[in-house]
Amino acid sequence: MPAPISAGTSLVTARERALAVLGGESDDATLRRYLHGIAGVDAVGLEQRAAALGTRSIKTTSKKWALDRIISLIDLTTLEGADTPGKVRSLVAKALNADPADATTPRVAAVCVYGDMVPSAVDALGAAHGDPDDGGIAVAAVATAFPSGRASLDIKLADTAEAVAAGADEIDMVIDRGAFLAGRYGLVFDQIAAVKEACRRPDGTSASLKVILETGELMTYDNVRRASWLSILAGGDFIKTSTGKVQPAATLPVTLLMLEVVRDWHLMTGQRIGVKPAGGIRASKDAIKYLVTVAETAGEEWLQPHLFRFGASSLLNDVLLQRQKITSGHYSGADYVTID
Amino acid sequence: MSRLAVPKTYKLYIGGAFPRSESGRTYEVVSASGAFLANAAKASRKDARDAVVAARAAVSGWGGATAYNRGQVLYRIAELLEGRRAQFIAEIEEAEGVTRAVASAQVDESIDRWVWYAGWADKFAQVAGNANPVAGPYFNISVPEPTGVVAIVVPQDSSLLGFVSAVAPALVAGNSVVAVASERFPLSAISLAEVLATSDVPKGVVNVLTGSPAEIAPWLASHADVNALDLVGAGDLDWISLEIEAADTLKRVLRPEQGPDAAAPALGRISAFTETKTVWHTKSLR
Repeated sequence: MPAPISAGTSLVTARERALAVLGGESDDATLRRYLHGIAGVDAVGLEQRAAALGTRSIKTTSKKWALDRIISLIDLTTLEGADTPGKVRSLVAKALNADPADATTPRVAAVCVYGDMVPSAVDALGAAHGDPDDGGIAVAAVATAFPSGRASLDIKLADTAEAVAAGADEIDMVIDRGAFLAGRYGLVFDQIAAVKEACRRPDGTSASLKVILETGELMTYDNVRRASWLSILAGGDFIKTSTGKVQPAATLPVTLLMLEVVRDWHLMTGQRIGVKPAGGIRASKDAIKYLVTVAETAGEEWLQPHLFRFGASSLLNDVLLQRQKITSGHYSGADYVTID
Repeated sequence: MSRLAVPKTYKLYIGGAFPRSESGRTYEVVSASGAFLANAAKASRKDARDAVVAARAAVSGWGGATAYNRGQVLYRIAELLEGRRAQFIAEIEEAEGVTRAVASAQVDESIDRWVWYAGWADKFAQVAGNANPVAGPYFNISVPEPTGVVAIVVPQDSSLLGFVSAVAPALVAGNSVVAVASERFPLSAISLAEVLATSDVPKGVVNVLTGSPAEIAPWLASHADVNALDLVGAGDLDWISLEIEAADTLKRVLRPEQGPDAAAPALGRISAFTETKTVWHTKSLR
């Protein structure tokens, strides 16, 4: 087992680490031997475990804590062809002040937009742009020909570099599912590693890289597990379930599976990788199930913005409605939150 | 060989489906003589919440349908009620302990009332709306629009007639309804829900909760997503508190009515759950 490696490693150490774990070069054959050597997933057991974690009864005080924590873990997202600078500004306004009637409402972790909308988001955030740990709101940009990932590497890298130069703190890249399914693991590895390099800023710091597996297109749990390992080996800081453009998007079993990989990686290397379920999580009740799953799988320390995120748009409104219910004692309605 | 009777399970009616109460609770419904009739679901506040969500989702479709279309759907309910007369008469006889003649009269009156309200669907706007005179080259037109989600505590001393009298008028203008059925006589309300489920009423337009109005009504009265509250059958509850809670969110409230004339057919019951929209439109300049 390699020595523990700190987070935010450069490409060089990422490559070294991968080579150490793989015991060879990151080519198709070596990766194939390694990824296919990982034990298969017990699908029935996984789904049963996820279902069991979803049945936990959460009482009022815990629920209040959970709702606030969910808000602080949200990547408030708009990824539509019809996005305008105005839409991004209103998204940012909501990120800054989710419930204008209640100043105790926490802020979301980040806003997530298309790369060309990053300048609008950065402008709108102004002084509030920053690390969620310091009370700021980060800007995440999807890149690498999101959502299909069907473009040449040069275009993907330019897409990424442009978003980083415009001020994005986090890059959500998609893997080439076609290459992955065709068994060309080396290609996927190299692309992730190259995008990771493109996340570097001139001052030597680097934007955080979230790798979208698009689990809805990977067909099997075994593939999800392999893609998770591959993404982490190649240098991803986060592994993310879905683009939100493909059904099924995030599911509890898939997220549980990815959390298990992250846990195993932490045991093996000491490095903490984040997980981001995205797409289809609309109800607070569902989001709370994810919190339970995170705490029970990776550990409670994962319930912080640098290690766990929800990619969501309509989830925030539902959480606000539940929050209002707890605060006021009566059920609230859609007239009391913004129209997205 | 004697046959084993199949007793009916009476459940709630929420969003076009017949779920049990999320709380799992039931209560015994007994006949006038105290004999066991059935177990009915005892709805909780969360069932009420789910019903409001279903009703809210149904508002745009039902309120957006043409008045003529709504009328046709309401007529069809009356037609299906007619076909189920025998079932309702038997239910009312058992539950209320009345003679067949009295039960028949109640069912007939319910169907007639339903037809009466159905007829108003494409006519009440002509009465409740107006072309207002203005000092300028404009049309100024006021039209009644549905108010949205209406929560109703139906008359408690009747099986079918009270339910029909309270629910039908709220539907006419295009509102969707969350109805709390009579606690003592809930079975006909659920049988009526079966009629609604098999007629052309979109799911969620009518939602029926059985159980304790005293327990459920406060949650509906204070619910911010309920637009109006009909307390016609809430005379035995602390209805003043309900009215106060409803005031927080500026709901329209109808107060309790007692006696055999409770919720008598009236145009006022339709227009109570409407809001007047007034629009200006230029006249042509010739």
